[in-house]
Amino acid sequence: MTNSLSEVAKSDVIFLIGSNTTWCHPVFGYLLKQAVRNRGAKLIVCDPRRIDLVEFADIWLQHRNGSDVALLSGLQHIIMREGWHASEYIAERTENFEEYRKSMEWFTPERVEELTGVPQDDLYAAAELFARGGRGAIYYCMGVTQHTHGVDNVKAVSNLSLITGNLGFEGGGVNPLRGQSNVQGACDMGCLPNVFTGYQPVTSPEVQDRFAKRWGSQPTAPKPGLTATAMIPASGDRIKALYIMGENPIVSDPNANHAEECLKKLDLLIVQDIFLTETAKLADVVLPAAAFAEKKGTYTNTERRVQLSRKAFEPPAGAREDCAIIADIATRLGAKDFPRTMAGLWQEIVELTPQYAGMTYERLEDCGLQWPCPTADHPGTPFLHKGKFARGKALLSPLTYRAPAEEPDAEFPIRLSTGRLLQHYHTGSMTRRAKVLDSLVPTGQVEISPADAQRLGVRTGDRVRVSTRRGSIVTFAQVVERVAEGAAFVPFHFQEASANRLTNDALDPVAAIPEYKVCAARLERVEI
Amino acid sequence: MLSLTINDRTIEAEEGETILSAARRAGIEIPTLCAVKGLPPTGACRICVVEVAGFGGLVPSCSYPVAAGMKVQTHSPRALEARKTIVELLLADHPDDCLYCARNNACELQTLAQGLGIRQRRYRGTSLPIRLDVSSPGIIRDQAKCVLCGRCVAVCTQVVVNDVLEFGNRGAKAKIVCDADRPMGLSTCVQCGACVEACPVGALVFKEQMNCMPDGRMQTTRVTCPYCGVGCQIDMHHKDGKWIYSTATAANAEKQPNQGLLCVKGRFGLDFQNHEERLTTPMIRKDGALVAASWDEALDFAATRLGEVKAAHGPDAIGFLSSAKVTNEENFAMMRLARGVIGTNNLDHCARL
Ligand code: SF4
Ligand code: SF4
Repeated sequence: MTNSLSEVAKSDVIFLIGSNTTWCHPVFGYLLKQAVRNRGAKLIVCDPRRIDLVEFADIWLQHRNGSDVALLSGLQHIIMREGWHASEYIAERTENFEEYRKSMEWFTPERVEELTGVPQDDLYAAAELFARGGRGAIYYCMGVTQHTHGVDNVKAVSNLSLITGNLGFEGGGVNPLRGQSNVQGACDMGCLPNVFTGYQPVTSPEVQDRFAKRWGSQPTAPKPGLTATAMIPASGDRIKALYIMGENPIVSDPNANHAEECLKKLDLLIVQDIFLTETAKLADVVLPAAAFAEKKGTYTNTERRVQLSRKAFEPPAGAREDCAIIADIATRLGAKDFPRTMAGLWQEIVELTPQYAGMTYERLEDCGLQWPCPTADHPGTPFLHKGKFARGKALLSPLTYRAPAEEPDAEFPIRLSTGRLLQHYHTGSMTRRAKVLDSLVPTGQVEISPADAQRLGVRTGDRVRVSTRRGSIVTFAQVVERVAEGAAFVPFHFQEASANRLTNDALDPVAAIPEYKVCAARLERVEI
Repeated sequence: MLSLTINDRTIEAEEGETILSAARRAGIEIPTLCAVKGLPPTGACRICVVEVAGFGGLVPSCSYPVAAGMKVQTHSPRALEARKTIVELLLADHPDDCLYCARNNACELQTLAQGLGIRQRRYRGTSLPIRLDVSSPGIIRDQAKCVLCGRCVAVCTQVVVNDVLEFGNRGAKAKIVCDADRPMGLSTCVQCGACVEACPVGALVFKEQMNCMPDGRMQTTRVTCPYCGVGCQIDMHHKDGKWIYSTATAANAEKQPNQGLLCVKGRFGLDFQNHEERLTTPMIRKDGALVAASWDEALDFAATRLGEVKAAHGPDAIGFLSSAKVTNEENFAMMRLARGVIGTNNLDHCARL
C-alpha cells in the first residue's frame, strides 16, 4: 500500500474495487465502515457481487467479472472529457499523458456500458464523485490482480489515482490489500524470481556483487528465474527438484488436478510444513516446522509495517523453526556462517536491505515501523511518494481492453469466480483445524443467485455439481442475493471441494498471476 | 484553554471538553461504566456523577462541559452516595454467583462495589427469567449479569459497525438483543468478539474462558495474527502451551494497525497450532510410503539429494517456494539458500495465488 490503513479516516472518497473487505480484511473493513458511518466519507464499491459493503456505498458499480480495465478506463474517459482531471498535478508529477489520453478515447461510456454492464449514468456519477469529491483513496485486492489482464488492471487503478491527483498525499493513494500475513514481507525479502531483498534486481551486477561478497558465494545468473506458476508445470522437465516451505500448491494452484500430476514427476520434493498437507503427502521428505506463536520474528503487514511477533511457547517436541531447518540444510551443502537464528538472519536483512536498514528489534517493540526506514533515527514512512516519486515522474500507462481468457458460452454458461470466506483462510490447513472457525463453516459451498437456483431446482443445502473444462466438484448450494444471475462463487478453502480443480490456469503475461476471478462453468443439481 | 479546579487542584482544560476528560488527563480517576473510549458519551450509567459548586444537583462528568473557574468535587459525600446507590441498584437483580463467573476478580461492577464499600444487599429486584445463550460457537451471553451499560451496543454499531446488538424493550424489561432478539448463533453476528472485550461484567464472555482455570500458569504473549495482511496485534492468552483465548493488544492500541479490534479469525482461529495432527517427526519416502526418520537422516537426505540434482542438472533444475505465512527472517533464509547456496533465481512464493 502506498498509504496506511488508519488513513482511511482522512479520505473524503473511498474507491473500492475487487475487495470483499469485510470478509477478507475484516478489521480494515471496520475502519472503512467507521469512516463512512461516523464521518460521512463517500464510498464507491465496484464488485460483481453484492458484497456487505454495498450497504454502505453511495455508488455501487456492478461490473461483470473481468471487465475491470474497461470500467476503470471508462471512468477516466469521462473525467478527462469533462475536464475534471488534475491538470497541474499531471503536468508536474506525471509523464506520458498524451499517449495515455489517446488510449482512453476508445473507452466511451456507450462501449463501457456494453462491456461492463454498468449503466452510463452510474459511470458518470462515480467519475464525478471520485474526481471532484475531495481527497480520494483507492483500495483493491485479488479481484483486481487475479486476472489474465491483472497487470493492466493495476495500471488502470494507478492511472485513475494519478489523473485525479491523489497519489502522494495522506488519505489518498493506491492501496492493494495484501491477503496473507506476510506476503509483503516475502516480497520484501526477495522471495521472487527477479529481485533480492528490497527489490534489488538480479540483473544488476553491483547488487549481485554485494550479496555474493556478503555470503562468500557465486553470483546467480543475471536473469530472473521461474515464477511459482511456471515452476510447477515445468516439474519433471526443466525442474527436477522443488523445496516447498509452508505452501500447499495442490490446493492453492489453478487447475489443481494438473498441479498434482506435475509434482509427481519431480525427482525430489521437499516439503516443510506444520501439517501433512495435500502437497506434503506427495513429498520425498517432510520436515516438521514450528508454528507462528512458537517463534519470535518479524512480519510485514499490508501497509509496509514491520512488526515483531513474540514466542509464546515451545513447538511440539520434534518440530523445529524453519530458519534452523534451512540453515542445517545449507550448512550440509557447504555454506559457511549461515545464520541459524532469527536474530542472526535479521542482522543480515538490515545490512542488505536499504528499506529496513534503520530497524532493530528494540525499535519494533511498540508498534513496528513502516518502511522505508533507512537510518537508525528515521521514524518510518506512513505514506509514499510525498512531494515526488522515486523514479522522478509517475508513468501514465496507455491501455487497451482484453477480454478474460475464458467467457461463458452455451456449454459452460455460468461466470464463475473464486475467493475467500470470512471464517476461513487460504487452503484451510489452519482455519479448518481451528475449532470455532470449523464449526462456523464446516463445508465447502457454491453461491448461486435465486434465479439460477430456481432454474436448477435447488435450495440452500442441496448438492450441486460445478464443472468447468478443467474438472468438476460436488458441493453444497448457498442461494444468496449476493451473486448476480448467471454468476457463481466458490470459496477455495475446502480441499474436498477444491475451487482450484475448476479454475483456469491462464496467466497474466507479465505478472504470471492466474485468472482465478473468472472462468466459465456449468451447474447441475445432484440427486442423493 | 481555560482553568478550573477539580478536588481543589487547578487544572487546564480545552474549551468544550468534558469534566471527565479533563480530570482523566490530570490523572484524577472518576469511575464510569458506560463510557467507550473514542465514542461520544451516552450518559447511560450515571456512575460518573460529580458535584459542581453552585450547581443544584450532581452532573454526569462524561457529558458535562468544563467552564472557566468551575469548582468540581469528584468524591464528595454526595457524589459517593449517589454512585453507591446506582451500584446497589445494579446489584439488586445481579446474580450472586461471582465465584462461578469467568470475570471474577476482573469485573468492573465488583471493583466498583468494593471501592464504594458495599457490604450488604439493600435492594432486591425481580430478575427476569433468563437463560444462557450458548448458541454461538465462541461467545456465551448471560443476560442475567447484564448491567445495561450499552458498551457492547456502542462498539457493535459504531466501532466494528456490524449492527447486530441493540437495546430491546424499555424500562424494567430492557435488555440487549441480537437482531431483534434472536440467539446470537442464529443472528448476523460475525463473532468478532469486540462486544466481549467491551463488557464490564460477565454478561459476555469467551467460551474458552469458562473452561479454563485462570491460575498462575496462564500467560499472555503479544503475537501478530497469522492470517490476513492487516497484521493485527493480538494478546494471546495461553496456558501449558495451548491457546485459550485472544484479546486485541492493549498496549498502544490506538497506534496498532487493528486499533484494539480483531476479526473472527484472529479472535478464535489460533488453536490450529495445538491440533493433534501437527507434524512432529521428519519423514522420508521409502518404497513409495512416507516413513518416520530422525532429523539427521532427513536433513542429510534433503541436502544430499539437492546436491545430486544440482551436480547432475545444474542449479536451475531446482526451484524454491517460500511462504507468505512465515517470518521475514525465514523468507530471507530461503532466499539465501536458493541464491547463495544453490545458485538459482528459481524462487517464488504464493503472492500470486
Ligand atoms: S461479536 Fe462482534 S458482531 Fe457479534 S455482537 Fe459482538 S460486536 Fe457485534
Ligand atoms: S484478526 Fe482478522 S483482520 Fe486482523 S490480521 Fe487476523 S485475519 Fe486479518
